[in-house]
Amino acid sequence: MARLLFLGRLEDVAGMEELSLPLARVCPLAEVMAMLPGELVEALRKPNVKIAVNGVIVAAEGLAIADTDEVAFLPPVSGG
Amino acid sequence: MAADVRLSEQAIDPAAELAAFSAAHEAAGGIVSFLGQVRAGGGVKALELRHYEPLTLPGMRELAERAHARWSLEGLLVIHRTGLMHPGDPIVLVAAAARHRRDAFAAAEFAMDHLKSESWFWKREQVDGEWRWVEPREQDFEDIRRWE
Repeated sequence: MARLLFLGRLEDVAGMEELSLPLARVCPLAEVMAMLPGELVEALRKPNVKIAVNGVIVAAEGLAIADTDEVAFLPPVSGG
Repeated sequence: MAADVRLSEQAIDPAAELAAFSAAHEAAGGIVSFLGQVRAGGGVKALELRHYEPLTLPGMRELAERAHARWSLEGLLVIHRTGLMHPGDPIVLVAAAARHRRDAFAAAEFAMDHLKSESWFWKREQVDGEWRWVEPREQDFEDIRRWE
């Protein structure tokens, strides 16, 4: 199961902190996004939302997700 | 000298931490500390700090290394709360120990400015029974640009 984590205000948009999705194969990010509600996808695609896969920040472009991946969506930080 | 960088789900005891820090750095001629606490007012009843484990602490450690590389320090202490807090509770404690005070002042301020604008924390406040996320402040970005 791929784990999607929604940090900060993205948790409110998603209505949950995390979501597990079974992926039969490695999927492009767009395919994974297609499984989510449109309103959430819009929030996740904002240019100021960063993505970390297994704890490492990566570019959204060309990203593919495996069934074992943890994908965190990180909105702008609000400061400590 | 390695920095002491921690995340704490439990309350911070600033006095005890500073006493231990100064005892550990007797070669320092000066220690500058900053204590951030939950601001009272605005109807805020509670504050919650969320973080993302794989990024937050490594990012704070890297920040401490940059401070060590830039100033001549005997030691650096960074303790940041996570979880649920109330007005008056300590959120963050930064202390820099140096042989000479200017290094300590600069390193402590550098660490705080970067913690405020770069560290992986998301904050929400409870006002009138409702939780709302705190958005980044432009001032925080201006504060960090001073160090470029």
